[in-house]
Amino acid sequence: MAHIAEHYTEYHPRWLRPHISTYWWLRKWSYFAFILREISSLFVAWSVVYLLLLVYAAGQGAAEYEAFLEWSRQPWVMALNVSSLALVAFHAVTWFNLAPQALVVHVGHKHVPGSLIAASNYVAWVVVSAIVAWLLIGG
Amino acid sequence: MIKRSAEPLLWMTFSAGGVVAALVLPVLLFLFGVAFPLGWLTPPSVTHLAAVIGHPLTRLALVVVCTVSLFHAAHRFRYTLYDGLQIKHLNELIAILCYGGAVVGSLASVYLLATF
Repeated sequence: MAHIAEHYTEYHPRWLRPHISTYWWLRKWSYFAFILREISSLFVAWSVVYLLLLVYAAGQGAAEYEAFLEWSRQPWVMALNVSSLALVAFHAVTWFNLAPQALVVHVGHKHVPGSLIAASNYVAWVVVSAIVAWLLIGG
Repeated sequence: MIKRSAEPLLWMTFSAGGVVAALVLPVLLFLFGVAFPLGWLTPPSVTHLAAVIGHPLTRLALVVVCTVSLFHAAHRFRYTLYDGLQIKHLNELIAILCYGGAVVGSLASVYLLATF
């Protein structure tokens, strides 16, 4: 994408272009899904902050860790985390579904079907989730 | 000297962060954000958790997860403000705040995990 630095001058001629409502994204599901996916970025950022708070608490010892677990049970923290889970999962699904369009793989002269690429992403998701869960509660 | 744009690098971290966030964050949020607080599953003891986090590979992985996820989020949010809210006159300020936040968070993760 070309980056053009825009500097507005006082006497810039007015461009002829139609006005677009700030709420254009409410008009269609596909537009709304786009904005939802964009907004997921805030919840990805919160997830990282939450993860770092957990790491900090675990590093401080049993008392801090218990306090963190207690805090994580507060209704507003839970509400935030449930919304985060929903949006981060939405991000994951849309990301994996898009993967075939970003990644075109050829084996010899054969084009690897997009469904296979998407499927391999889902398999990776299951495997990574299983390893993380096993490390935390099974290992 | 040719002035190089940081844009390709930012898009690359955006993609890397998108993949990593999608693969790793949901399970962590499910466990620590939902399943443990609601009592569906028993959280790990502090000794077990500290041992898992303390392993060099985990620490490295966590720094990577935090850093690329934060840059992914910063990049996407920056364009949300551009396209979604059509705020185009604050270009520089938005970029500084978004990437600045990602830099601060990444440094915090490096510090926390290096001293864990």
